[in-house]
Amino acid sequence: MKRDRPGKGLDTSRREFCKTILLGTMSLAVPGSILAATEKKGLSDWYGTKYEPAKHLYAMGIKVDRCIGCGRCVDACKKENNVPDYPFFFRTWVERYIETEDGQTIVDSPNGGKDGFKTLPSDKKVFKTFFVPKICNQCEKPPCVQVCPVGATYRTEDGVVLVDSQYCIGCRYCIQACPYGMRFIRPETKTAEKCTFCYHRIVKGLLPACVEACPTQARVFGDLKSKASPIIQFMRFNKTFVLKPGLNTEPKVYYADIDREVR
Amino acid sequence: MNAEIARLYETLKLVVGFIYPNEIELHWNLLIVIYPYITGLVAGAFILASLVKVFKVKEVQATYRLALLTALSFLIVAPLPLVAHLGHPERGFEMFMTPSPSSAMAMFGFVYVWYLMAVLLLEIWFDYRKDFMVLAEQEKGYKRLVYKVLSLFTKDNSPAALSFDKKAVYAITVVGIPSAFLLHGYVGFIFGSIKANPWWSSVLMPIVFLFSAIVSGIALVLLIYMVAVLVRGEEPDMACIDKLASFLFYMMIVDFSLEFLDFVHRIYQSEESIQILGQMISERLFTSLIVIQLILGMIIPLVAIALVKMFKWPAEIRRLSYFIVALLVQFGIFSTRWNVVIGGQLFSKSFRGLTAYKMAVGGVEGLLVSLGFLVLPFVILYVLIRWLPPWEKEHAPSVPNR
Repeated sequence: MKRDRPGKGLDTSRREFCKTILLGTMSLAVPGSILAATEKKGLSDWYGTKYEPAKHLYAMGIKVDRCIGCGRCVDACKKENNVPDYPFFFRTWVERYIETEDGQTIVDSPNGGKDGFKTLPSDKKVFKTFFVPKICNQCEKPPCVQVCPVGATYRTEDGVVLVDSQYCIGCRYCIQACPYGMRFIRPETKTAEKCTFCYHRIVKGLLPACVEACPTQARVFGDLKSKASPIIQFMRFNKTFVLKPGLNTEPKVYYADIDREVR
Repeated sequence: MNAEIARLYETLKLVVGFIYPNEIELHWNLLIVIYPYITGLVAGAFILASLVKVFKVKEVQATYRLALLTALSFLIVAPLPLVAHLGHPERGFEMFMTPSPSSAMAMFGFVYVWYLMAVLLLEIWFDYRKDFMVLAEQEKGYKRLVYKVLSLFTKDNSPAALSFDKKAVYAITVVGIPSAFLLHGYVGFIFGSIKANPWWSSVLMPIVFLFSAIVSGIALVLLIYMVAVLVRGEEPDMACIDKLASFLFYMMIVDFSLEFLDFVHRIYQSEESIQILGQMISERLFTSLIVIQLILGMIIPLVAIALVKMFKWPAEIRRLSYFIVALLVQFGIFSTRWNVVIGGQLFSKSFRGLTAYKMAVGGVEGLLVSLGFLVLPFVILYVLIRWLPPWEKEHAPSVPNR
């Protein structure tokens, strides 16, 4: 019968067969071990520093009741990060909510609140009013990262969503995907831009510019992996809320004393 | 201050209510309206072609090759508005080189290449192979060489080879139907999967896109066929035109039902966003949504085809009615794309206000370039028809008029 006839390729002995399989499997481990070695090296030397991203998880707390709407945070952010100084590009901004006595809610944010709130937008009698600072929520499940077609935007190990402007193709899908309107296209580079929690500062142990500039400590910044961090205290002593929880983005910016009208 | 910033200041004056500060710039403009419109035409035209090969609708045989060439012409243009819209077109190729597996958009290149190479070009090649060989014999000089290259230097015209061509065309069409569904359903998914945007985020989106694509594709081939017949001074195949109109009617009914379902569903569920979406329709999209998409692009064509079919009007009037209907349908489907793409960006994700779209005339993202992208497929189609005559007199006996 045909299949009983030994073919040319079939006279490999069992021993040889096992040897080949073993060697083949072992060779698969070579790139893996090289990769592991480099990763280990990367940990002890993060861009020439002793910083270890995996040991941090950054978050921000915002005490709505403390915000006075001075706009220093917006100004500090624009200066620190060289954000184009037009009223269309913001990495952070402050919204003013005015609930009138007839039950209406008026929201505004002239120039992102950068110049403060000097006039009232309406003559109606005010029932209550408050300010809400907004900033990228550095989501744990960021829709912007999910949709980026080339992986130019990514979440770092320490929990910050960044954009590689050298790689961004400028398709703007991330802007469409962000539920919080946090992204914009920087006109000069034509790439997506957003709040980085001042990543260049926090990896050196400094605070983000907006937190540094806030005169009332309405913004609390910290490391969720460090028990001594102010953010842990904030989380412990406040009832906190995140924006648009129904979208399951798991924000890392937590609000205390927030109102139902805030979206 | 450059023109772009100046336009943003102009737009700022048109904002109603509160929008997040970064939302003043409308990010996906006319170019991105054109993209789903064009891919829709591709998918629609291909589905029409498949009616002949797979579903054996013999009446529309006359439009088979025309539909394939139409699909190819538009498919060639489809990625151009996308690339033109990128902030960094020179990095666009990264989508092929380093696609992010989680991104719906990253799959575009692969869906596109699959459809172009594995479906359309292959089907056209098998369908035209015999013609290429015949034309290579007939023509002289460089034309002969072109046809030889087009036939990939195949010379086998034995009955067995020709029968293989036919089988191949059939097999490719069978694969092509789901591929066409994929091509355009996928475009719908790009929008439908954005949970941040309630105007887009709908599981029906890919299906609505698909059926509106089929509607626009049939209407387009109907238009091109009628114009081609007129230009060539031939007697139009009324059985074919009537059949096309019937299919257009059926598909419009499905499309209309789906869109109506989407509408009713939104109103009935009445979620957080319902108020701002209602305000957007009445203040920003009334003309494009209610007047053009719904009344001119859907209701009038449906009623017109129904009347024509009911009263069995003479051929001359039927042709004229179909022509106007097909034109209206094109405007309607273009508006559909407009209302999805632009509409989805006119309201704030704070659900508290509306922005506006100020269209530029010049520049890459302006009206003129977009019009260019809409005309270009017809130029390509003209060239294709010149080189690959879709008129099948010699090979296929035309279906007798009934």
